[in-house]
Amino acid sequence: MSEEKQQVSRRTFLNYTLTGLGGFMAAGMLVPMLRMAVDPVLQTSGGGDFTNVGLAVDDITTEPQRVDWKIDQVDGWYESEVSKSAWVFKNDKNEIVAFSPVCKHLGCVVSWEGNEDYPNEFFCPCHNGRYYKDGTNVPHTPPLAPLDEYDQKIENGMLFLGKVRTREEAKPREEA
Amino acid sequence: MLQKIYDWIDDRIDITPIWRDIADHEVPEHVNPAHHFSAFVYCFGGLTFFVVVIQILSGMFLTMYYVPDIENAWKSVYYLQTEVAHGQIVRGMHHWGASVVVVMLLLHTMRVFFQGAYKKPRELNWMVGVLIFFVMLGLGFTGYLLPWDNKAYFATQVGLEIAEQVPFIGTHLKTLLAGDADIVGAQTLTRFFAIHVFFLPAALFGLLAVHFILIRRQGIAGPL
Ligand code: HEM
Ligand code: FES
Repeated sequence: MSEEKQQVSRRTFLNYTLTGLGGFMAAGMLVPMLRMAVDPVLQTSGGGDFTNVGLAVDDITTEPQRVDWKIDQVDGWYESEVSKSAWVFKNDKNEIVAFSPVCKHLGCVVSWEGNEDYPNEFFCPCHNGRYYKDGTNVPHTPPLAPLDEYDQKIENGMLFLGKVRTREEAKPREEA
Repeated sequence: MLQKIYDWIDDRIDITPIWRDIADHEVPEHVNPAHHFSAFVYCFGGLTFFVVVIQILSGMFLTMYYVPDIENAWKSVYYLQTEVAHGQIVRGMHHWGASVVVVMLLLHTMRVFFQGAYKKPRELNWMVGVLIFFVMLGLGFTGYLLPWDNKAYFATQVGLEIAEQVPFIGTHLKTLLAGDADIVGAQTLTRFFAIHVFFLPAALFGLLAVHFILIRRQGIAGPL
């Protein structure tokens, strides 16, 4: 390559400047808009509060029972009371388990022994999705993942439930 | 009178060549149902566009009453449907048109496919057509939530779960669409409204323009 300096003509220089300036102006306009649009994705989800679901630990059996409770939900500028539910029972190791009833296929609601043909399983009526008692999806039924679990804690002998987590996210259960 | 107005304008800005260029073309014989009745299959593209025009006009008028707010959305739709003169008709046009447009689009696509009209040099326009198809599905999906009744809510819930199945970016994609990581609510409705009424129609106009310009440049594919 020659040592000779590359000559930048007045026209090329102006072209570059104009393109650069235009680029800055376009970016200045677009960045705030895009940042606004993706804000929900970048928001960190809070740890989540625990709510007393009105079930005494002593009343939890090895048979899954459905509990319903209400939480105060903040949705942007809109605050409301919404219902939540869970399937709660004690597993073989005497640990308390609280499954979210939301089917991991397409989000219908599963019930314990919801179909006579499949005893001892959670059943989803929408596309015959099935889960074993430990929440694992039965192979070759539509759901592709185990049921989600609620964070839990126990205070004064009552069960408190918090955020829903997938099995991978779920923390190992503390000893009750 | 009209002729005078036209001449007055034409005198100054010479519009005749412009509209000639756009509108004054002969219909090839193989495309004309008057010659071969089976050529009616060529109408599906135009019919799709016709229904799109109905969707856009009826949609614009619906927004005179519709409010994208979870307290009032359902009530506003109920009101325009039951209290507003002809509101039922306009909503009906938009509601049924949303299905008819997809049917027309599929018929048009089938004609192009089975006639092999997508082959060189028209591959680009096939791709544009596929994009139009996705935009149309997007319009159907986002519009379906707007009445904010139970069917709308749960259909969207399921639709978002489907979006969540996308590998790697699924959860983010769902949050981006819904406006919240867990809730289908106030922010979902405003987002879907914006997408339904501004973003996707704008994308649709752009794609349709390209679609039609390409047809004009390349002409309609020859007879089989
Ligand atoms: C090809 C274009 C479009 C399609 C396929 C489409 C589809 C839909 C669908 C399926 C609904 C739900 C209607 C119902 O369940 O009754 C809807 C609602 C609505 N759309 Fe569209 N739409 C289109 C274009 C537009 C445009 C351009 C606008 C506004 C400028 C618009 C405004 C609305 C409004 C305000 C509603 C809520 C009112 C209602 O639910 O009846 N749409 N649309
Ligand atoms: S939604 Fe549960 S099986 Fe499909």
